[in-house]
Amino acid sequence: MAVAEIIPPSRFETSRRLFLKRGFGSPGSLAISVVVFVVLGWIAWSFLDWAVLRAVWRQENVEACGQGGACWAVIDARHRLILFGTYPFGEHWRSALAALAIIATVVLSCLPAMWQARRLAALWVLGFASYYLLMEGSLLGLPQVTTDGWGGLSLTLFLFAAVVLLGMPMGLGLALMRRSEMPVVRWFAMGLIDTIRSLPLVTTLFTAAVVVPLFLPSWLEGDKIWRVIIAFALFFACYQAEVFRGGFQAIPKGQVEAGKALGLGYWSILGRIVLPQVFRHALPSTINMVVVTFKETAIVTIIGFFDILASGKTAFGTAEWAPYYIEVYLFVAAIYWVFIFSLGQYGEYLKRRMTLSER
Amino acid sequence: MQAALVVVTLLAVWGAVSNAQYNLTRLNMTSGFGFLERGTGWNYSFSLVERSINDSYAYTLFIGLLNTLFVGFICIVTTTIFGFLIGTMRDVRHPALRFAASVYVQIFRNIPLILQAIFLYAILIHMGGPRQAVSLGDVAFLSGRGAMLPGLNVSPTVAVALLLASLALGVALILARPVFWRGLALWAGGSLGLALAVALVLRPEGESLLSLPQLQGLRFTGGISVPIELFALIAAITLYGSAYVAEIVRGGLAQVPRGLVEAGQALGLSRAAIWSRIKVPMALRSIIPPLGNQWIFMMKATTIGIAIGFSDLFYITVNAISQSGQTLELIAMLMLTFLAINYSIALFTNWLNARLQLKEH
Repeated sequence: MAVAEIIPPSRFETSRRLFLKRGFGSPGSLAISVVVFVVLGWIAWSFLDWAVLRAVWRQENVEACGQGGACWAVIDARHRLILFGTYPFGEHWRSALAALAIIATVVLSCLPAMWQARRLAALWVLGFASYYLLMEGSLLGLPQVTTDGWGGLSLTLFLFAAVVLLGMPMGLGLALMRRSEMPVVRWFAMGLIDTIRSLPLVTTLFTAAVVVPLFLPSWLEGDKIWRVIIAFALFFACYQAEVFRGGFQAIPKGQVEAGKALGLGYWSILGRIVLPQVFRHALPSTINMVVVTFKETAIVTIIGFFDILASGKTAFGTAEWAPYYIEVYLFVAAIYWVFIFSLGQYGEYLKRRMTLSER
Repeated sequence: MQAALVVVTLLAVWGAVSNAQYNLTRLNMTSGFGFLERGTGWNYSFSLVERSINDSYAYTLFIGLLNTLFVGFICIVTTTIFGFLIGTMRDVRHPALRFAASVYVQIFRNIPLILQAIFLYAILIHMGGPRQAVSLGDVAFLSGRGAMLPGLNVSPTVAVALLLASLALGVALILARPVFWRGLALWAGGSLGLALAVALVLRPEGESLLSLPQLQGLRFTGGISVPIELFALIAAITLYGSAYVAEIVRGGLAQVPRGLVEAGQALGLSRAAIWSRIKVPMALRSIIPPLGNQWIFMMKATTIGIAIGFSDLFYITVNAISQSGQTLELIAMLMLTFLAINYSIALFTNWLNARLQLKEH
């Protein structure tokens, strides 16, 4: 008997056969395959035809627009407005560099080498500080631009980074308070978490922007943008506290007791035994939370910030570009999609890797 | 330490209240709920029931609440159905179906909801008048003025009552715990039968049972007119929400032990029967808790209606604040209402979950 007959087919071969059998094996599955292929193919082809083949790309050719193809000339002409908002034109390099600093911070935090609380904290503080110094400018001896002048993608990234940076320690604090042995502290945290989680984000942000000034003395009022960021961070923290709670629950009680038996105090047990494991357990859900936060920053357009959604609206706000709103919205949607999809896929990959390593 | 927290909280509250009092007197604002009786004098986009600009603030806010509950309820139903469909497609063995479903999920889950709503609204508003309307078999139309759908020949108030009756029937059926398909059939059949019977009795004298939209001159007559704000909001929340529900459903279906499915196959059950009698009932136990969270999210998501001018509770509240200046009272009412709505949904799903748990012997 030949050896070849009992060697099982390779994994690729098996999955190829399964694919063919399941997709084309019977008349019914063949029919489904054909229908799906035709419908998806038709959608993909019409989109490709509109967006690429018949599209107008340069703003010099704008007269050719409106003949059945996409008019990407609007992006060519207005992309600076969409990306940087009303930031002074000559200083756009600063806004671009600042946005890159935030993106670099996010990308670097994805590297396993950075997964230590201290390194991550340092990285985010550094990234955020370089953003702020570049955008504000006066400390670096550049012309000062106040927060009113910030806008577009840069503002969206700023809100995102500020919310995550402030919200993470707040979330950890709330999670610790919720686990506290003191009932008043516990009830306080539980009440706050449950309330904020039941309210729509828009109402929380609106309250921070419009209502909170009534309660504060004028010296504490601050900028509208900072009030909204703090409220947004509180929102993030209340959800993140629940993520951390899941991480705390995964740690066997015996470990804490072993720490106590060794004579370690509350903070040593927390910092050296519990928290490192909590972070590891909570990592996939934390990434998910960060992705959701990035998506939710789009809400600030409702309370009057000039984020990428609002700057996009302005980009087709003139009579010349008004017919090409679809192109602008697709451009903005594509930017969001690339960020959110890649972060989300990374989170999925991490989850898979961690479940494998736990086996 | 606890005492310190109590003292600090009390101090902060006291400081906030005294500041609010100081600021209110400085701005000449009055506090209290007397303004609820006053007429509003402003108009807004959508209402299910009769309204005028002379309505009191209380009544206008009530209409806003009704709109929020209406949109939220419709979206909960549509996302759940659509999400189950897509989630099941992601779970079946056919590669083309899986691919199509995952393309859908990856596109609609990864773009912010508010962007989808604004985008959809912009497309709809550019669609042109009724004469350029897109027609679906000449019974439903979509144009820049909104969607025209065929409907029963009854007044809006009766229609709302029918919706509530259908909701009550659904709850009653869940209580009675029939087999999944029979329950679904009873619910659909019961709701439809009730609606038809009511329409037979209550329709205007001498008119037909159904009211179909028809193009007469420059506008449509008959049928149900859905304004574009409402249409865009419901469509956007449904597209976005069902991508999430699909992931929840897929996760639930994947958790059903393989042995159960194989047992069904050994008994010679068809694939549909395995899905409806084994997989879905088993999966529901892990689906319901995250699905309940998704329902709460959908209720909260109706607040983005303000971005496209749909008069939900948040929109009405913001308008009322800018017109009456009663900021604190209105915000407090808004928050308490949302707490109440979401707490009720949470109670309902907890109760549903408790009912669906396996009985351990």
